[in-house]
Amino acid sequence: MNEIPTDKISYETVVSGGWNFSKIIRRGRTVRITDLEGGANVSALFYNADNYTERYNMGDTLKIQHISSLFKNACIYSDMGRVLMSVVDSTCDWHDVICGVTYREDILKRFGVKPYQESHNDFYRNGFDSLTVELAKYGMTKRDFTNVVNFFSKTLIDDAGDMTFVENYSPAGGYVDLRAEMDTLLVLDTGMHPLNPSAEYLRKPVKITLFESDPVAADDPCRLMCPENERGFTNSETYYL
Amino acid sequence: MSELKESTLVEANARLSETVPAGEYWMKVVKKGETLRITDLEGNQAADTLFFNANNTDERYHANNTLREQNNVYIKLGTAIRSNENNVMMTVTADTCGRHDTLGSACSCESNTSRYAHEKRYMHSCRDTFLQGIIDWGLGMDKRDQVCNINFFMNVPVNPEGGSNFADGISGAGKYVEMVAAMDTIVFVSNCPQLNNPCNAYNPTPVQMTIWEEGQ
Repeated sequence: MNEIPTDKISYETVVSGGWNFSKIIRRGRTVRITDLEGGANVSALFYNADNYTERYNMGDTLKIQHISSLFKNACIYSDMGRVLMSVVDSTCDWHDVICGVTYREDILKRFGVKPYQESHNDFYRNGFDSLTVELAKYGMTKRDFTNVVNFFSKTLIDDAGDMTFVENYSPAGGYVDLRAEMDTLLVLDTGMHPLNPSAEYLRKPVKITLFESDPVAADDPCRLMCPENERGFTNSETYYL
Repeated sequence: MSELKESTLVEANARLSETVPAGEYWMKVVKKGETLRITDLEGNQAADTLFFNANNTDERYHANNTLREQNNVYIKLGTAIRSNENNVMMTVTADTCGRHDTLGSACSCESNTSRYAHEKRYMHSCRDTFLQGIIDWGLGMDKRDQVCNINFFMNVPVNPEGGSNFADGISGAGKYVEMVAAMDTIVFVSNCPQLNNPCNAYNPTPVQMTIWEEGQ
């Protein structure tokens, strides 16, 4: 565990399991997401905080870095060739980028009905509704719901392309640190991963810790992960000149 | 490579057949029940393709949903192409290529600067072609609708270690993929003009778009 010096922490909050959350992460700050109980899933979307039409692009993120999942030192690219955030630390070696989120019909089919009227805030929620509601608070619509990153979740992919969800992958206390290279609107949901075969509806809380980043050194491992990232970092820096 | 299956449809019975040169877009409605064939005329071309509900373009192709529901990362025979609302838009009914990419998405001037060199900014790209189509057609769409697309005929193998790469093409002249529309669907193709990627031998070539009415 890489401890964060307390004097660098500016904000801390716990996001309930199965809930949405959003926060602008300014350049020069890092957000740590901590899996409090183990087995969490965080479905995340990323937008340029000054221009929401610029947003996380799955295809560019994967092809620019020749990857098919996120891990320590990988970067999250926008559709404009710029690095929005970089994964400066991670206890998991795999964060799923392929599987998306649950829908209302999936939850109904798998777990039945648990409406608010009877259950109050214990009611069943789903990833798509939860994220699109949070996006709507910024004037965005389901058109802006793109592909997500599922932090703390791993799906094995075999040579034929078939996927298998890895159960109990992230331990309690696991975390991922996302350093903002641009002012980034982070929108997330803590609902269960759609391929998690659990017979029980899962909701796992996470802790959000916002802290001041160390300056990005010339030999920063995210920047140097590949020559493509050096150019991507330069593109982000140029945006603010 | 996935299972191959040839089509029984006859070219002469098609209601429409058009050639799309590299670097240009093609946007047409394929009605529910109609079949669309995309043919790689000269081989190892990438047909970057997006799908929209013709009656409400807020609903469109969604990569995560398409891959999750079939538990597989490739487009192949039987694949249901799904929307952001998780509805089936098209189903793949014939395929003579066996590999189509879902993760690489379209090239752009901006991503070229990261991928290759900052000097590669001034080269034609799929993202610009898509935007030109959106501007020309004026369907109320904008850049937000230019989402991660399917690259028909592109070979981007994913490895179990979390890597991926644009590999040499396995497509060839005359290979095709066919799909039946499950809803009235706008099919929007950018025929890729990428000159920096060896997978097309630095030579972008035309594709053929063919549509058959239901029952042919």
